[in-house]
Amino acid sequence: MSQPNRLPSGGRIDRGAPLTFTFDGQVLEGYAGDTVASALLANGISLIARSIKLHRPRGIVAAGAEDPNSLVQIGRGAQTVPDLRATQAELYDGMEVRSVNHWPSLKFDVTAVTGLFAPLMPAGFYYKTFKWPPSWWQRVYEPQIRHAAGFGTAPDAPDPDRYDKVNRHCDLLVVGGGPAGLAAALEAGRRGARVMLCDEQSEFGGRLLATREEIDGQPATEWVAAAVEELAALPEVTLLPRTTAFGFYDHGFSSLLERVTDHLGPVSPDRRPRQRQWRVRARRTVLAAGAIERPLVFCNNDRPGIMTASAVSTYVNRHSVTPGQRAVVFTNNDSAYQTALDLSDRGVAVAAVIDVRPEPAGTLVERVRAEGIEILSGHAVVDTVGRRHLKNIKVMRLNARGDGIYGDVRTIACDLLASSGGWNPVIHLHAQPRGETRYDVSIAAFVAEGLRADVQIAGAANGGFALGQCIREGLASGARAAAGAGFGSDDIEGAAPSVTEPDEAPIRPMWRVPARRPVSRAPKQFVDFQNDQTAADIYLAIRENYRSIEHIKRYTSMGFGTDQGKLNNINGTGIAAEALGEEIGRIGTTSFRPAYTPVTFGALAGREIGAERFHAVRKTPMHRWHAEQGALFENVGDWKRPWYYPRAGDSMRAALDREVQAVRQGVGILDASTLGKIDVRGPDAGELLNRVYTNGWKNLPVGRAKYGLMLGEDGMVMDDGVSARMAEDRYHMTTTTGGAARVLAWLEEWLQTEWRDLRVFLTSTTDQWAAISLAGPRSREVAARVLEDVDLSAEAFPLMTWREATAAGVPARVFRVSFSGELGYEINVAADYGQRVWDALWAAGQEFGITPYGTESMHILRAEKGFIIPGQETDGSVNPMDLGMHALLSDKKDYLGKRSLQRADAVRADREQFVGLIPVDDAGAPLSEPIPEGAQLTEDPNANEAAKPVPLAGYVTSSYHSPTLGHAISLGMLRRGRERHDEIVYAPQADGRVLRCQVTRPVFYDAEGARQHV
Amino acid sequence: MLYIQCPWCGWRDESEFGYGGEAHIDRPADPQALSDAEWAEYLYMRDNPRGVFRERWVHSGGCRRWFNAVRDTVTYEFKAFYKMGERPPGEAP
Repeated sequence: MSQPNRLPSGGRIDRGAPLTFTFDGQVLEGYAGDTVASALLANGISLIARSIKLHRPRGIVAAGAEDPNSLVQIGRGAQTVPDLRATQAELYDGMEVRSVNHWPSLKFDVTAVTGLFAPLMPAGFYYKTFKWPPSWWQRVYEPQIRHAAGFGTAPDAPDPDRYDKVNRHCDLLVVGGGPAGLAAALEAGRRGARVMLCDEQSEFGGRLLATREEIDGQPATEWVAAAVEELAALPEVTLLPRTTAFGFYDHGFSSLLERVTDHLGPVSPDRRPRQRQWRVRARRTVLAAGAIERPLVFCNNDRPGIMTASAVSTYVNRHSVTPGQRAVVFTNNDSAYQTALDLSDRGVAVAAVIDVRPEPAGTLVERVRAEGIEILSGHAVVDTVGRRHLKNIKVMRLNARGDGIYGDVRTIACDLLASSGGWNPVIHLHAQPRGETRYDVSIAAFVAEGLRADVQIAGAANGGFALGQCIREGLASGARAAAGAGFGSDDIEGAAPSVTEPDEAPIRPMWRVPARRPVSRAPKQFVDFQNDQTAADIYLAIRENYRSIEHIKRYTSMGFGTDQGKLNNINGTGIAAEALGEEIGRIGTTSFRPAYTPVTFGALAGREIGAERFHAVRKTPMHRWHAEQGALFENVGDWKRPWYYPRAGDSMRAALDREVQAVRQGVGILDASTLGKIDVRGPDAGELLNRVYTNGWKNLPVGRAKYGLMLGEDGMVMDDGVSARMAEDRYHMTTTTGGAARVLAWLEEWLQTEWRDLRVFLTSTTDQWAAISLAGPRSREVAARVLEDVDLSAEAFPLMTWREATAAGVPARVFRVSFSGELGYEINVAADYGQRVWDALWAAGQEFGITPYGTESMHILRAEKGFIIPGQETDGSVNPMDLGMHALLSDKKDYLGKRSLQRADAVRADREQFVGLIPVDDAGAPLSEPIPEGAQLTEDPNANEAAKPVPLAGYVTSSYHSPTLGHAISLGMLRRGRERHDEIVYAPQADGRVLRCQVTRPVFYDAEGARQHV
Repeated sequence: MLYIQCPWCGWRDESEFGYGGEAHIDRPADPQALSDAEWAEYLYMRDNPRGVFRERWVHSGGCRRWFNAVRDTVTYEFKAFYKMGERPPGEAP
């Protein structure tokens, strides 16, 4: 028999469009218009999940975003999506649905025996139990917990679908397409305002899709259809069904998730995006997200067959499915009486309505009474029975205070219990950007308080549940919002339709139904179903002296799940208030944070996927040549720089030896294009450099260059580089490759905020110049074959000068600088000519054995010379004196950071100072294996065995094997290092070795600097 | 995400901007004349009021210009935007 629980007629389903789907391999049928949940219920399937901790059987509780249990896995392979909520997933033909979190099968779950140990798993169980021994956490506890508590499985291949992001501005964003939201959109849209209306459901109408209410004497869905038709015809109105506003932020910014093709199948058809994230900036926002019914909390309230009353009505009215054949309604307010009528009118037996209120009255109550349905007023459900599905309930009398039960236990057989504990307005979006809340006694729920000027909240989301009030508030909020955005006045222009409201009696708040035993020993009263958190857990947390609801939430894991406590967090808050003897309004809610419902990573990423999308990749003009030469590349900032150029059969050491020796003995060629370059221009350019560099710059003659050191205002080294004077009013500044953007921003900040009187313009020219370094004793000969219109002789073109020249026929700036300690030229040409000039130098250098070298050899060469690299030798705690750069500190002028260098701490004698280090054996002979970079230095040769902590004397910043010297060298920082040359310090290693390190000057080669001055 | 009015480019999303902390901290004219404590006051000490705060922003993803804003640190509402060198609107120069 197919779909035994499907009612014979009615509902918003298309009986002409049957859909086939599978649940755990079982082939089932549903209809277009079904959710996975309604289709499962139609097929009589109520056991759909096991609870996470206790593995108790769980069924569908609700019909929307608040359902805590119905997480399912849909699809397979790359298309599979875990943790979808069956109550929200729309059914499509061929859908594969699997239950999650059980082993080995849903009906026979081995882990359910943990239910026997349930008394051992109270609140804080994880915190208390899995603490010791620490080594067991990774090896034993975590894998076991994860095995037992899995929520589905991740896809095993990249997602084949596309996701999009859209930015949009509008006058008015309306969140929620129920009666209030539709009314607001109509009121504003008719005035010509640009309106966006979104709703998480597949069609607009909100609750009206699930009730049998009437507007203007017609079924309310006809009013909905007319409203949607009118809105769709307005040119400035955008309608977004299947779209959840999941985040609301400051200044009218919202994030929406539109499920564009999720309902059409496992793969998006016709290249449409699967989902789309809308990033909306609205001048006004109307929050009309409705309300969520909360159930009553009683013993064994988690059995399949126990649902919220509104969910039952939704399945009956909208999907034409009855979740059971014999129902009981349990309530503390009038709205659930409608559920009894919805069932009864469709021929489903309603055994009783159990009302905790002693004297229920009102229109709906009278109608139920007239139907002949028994009303047990002043009663409560005290327990339930049924292993895999509800079989019967136990009912007793409730005392006047509502905190105790008495009298005979009456057993009522039923397979469906529809409960209502009241309605919680959906205030999530209001509260996300720090919106405050207030407890409203009249509805026993929290409502929004203190709205921001650009936000309206309307309808059930505002605590007004009656349909007529929803529409009136919607119209009013639409009018105010439109007026605020510049469209008309605050007065409602549209006519409110007529609605007949039932008379209602007040709700009787009940956070926890009394049990036959004290809460700690009573059968479990579940609060958070997804986390198996109970009323007893809340009481325990409070006994253990947790007071803040935020702490109680965390200790008991309340609302931690993918449902974020939408169903029962307010009940949990009420139970905490009861246990603390406090007013619930004073307890307050837990924090509401984005996202309202889970968002896929795909929608957040949009099309910006793939490793290279996250970070720009910058390549030099000669990049392809390097690649063709077999260079390995290194990331430096965003740049790809040649690291070294191995030849066939080369080890890295062999390649570096070859490259370094070529520079020391012949000629090497390096792509230096990535060096940061800033054009500093204006009458005050020299003054700016004077203020940001530690040394003097105003008197530098045109044609000369010098090394500059930049400090932060705290006196610590920030960046360095060689800058040259191009003209009276113009300097060419270079920075480190990684520091270019930071230095430019730093200079701009000072120019714009502090030194606005300086007449200087800064222009980044890093990308405009290709820079080629020739280095080595033969570099002049190579340069001479390529450069024209320049005298390369040592006398005419000495170190630290620059000249204009013609390089391979194109204009060039040639800088006589050296980062290797050898004779060298840095040839700058327009980037487009980079490869041309490189090719010319390469060809000219062949007879001299010209060798390309990369960043690793560059580092070795500079380390042999003791040149620092900011960020390698410095870490934001190193000042120029630590580096021995006293000569660079001008005493004739102020500069950034200067004052900080006079602080007592900056001039302390026992600061760590820049030194060279050579690893040596016991006899003092240098070793070839480098000390690991980052190694700590100590005075203690037995540091590994010594009592901890071992006093540290310094650390190693750079380490290489020096091909020039034939042994390893290091640079580092050592306490009082400059006084300690030739002494031995020790570098203890994790493997137990302790390396002997001889302290030296931080210059290992050509200390006089003779080689670069030829 | 805040909505910020660059004085040169108009209203833009916060993601285009960088934050620069408290505004109207003048660099001392003669740092050498300051005690260590006075220098530290300039260098490190910033107000962190609950309420109205004058702060600096830079339109780093746009015109790269710095400007000032007055913002309520509780509501995040911007009260004013004004250029570098100007006093907050309504304040004596």
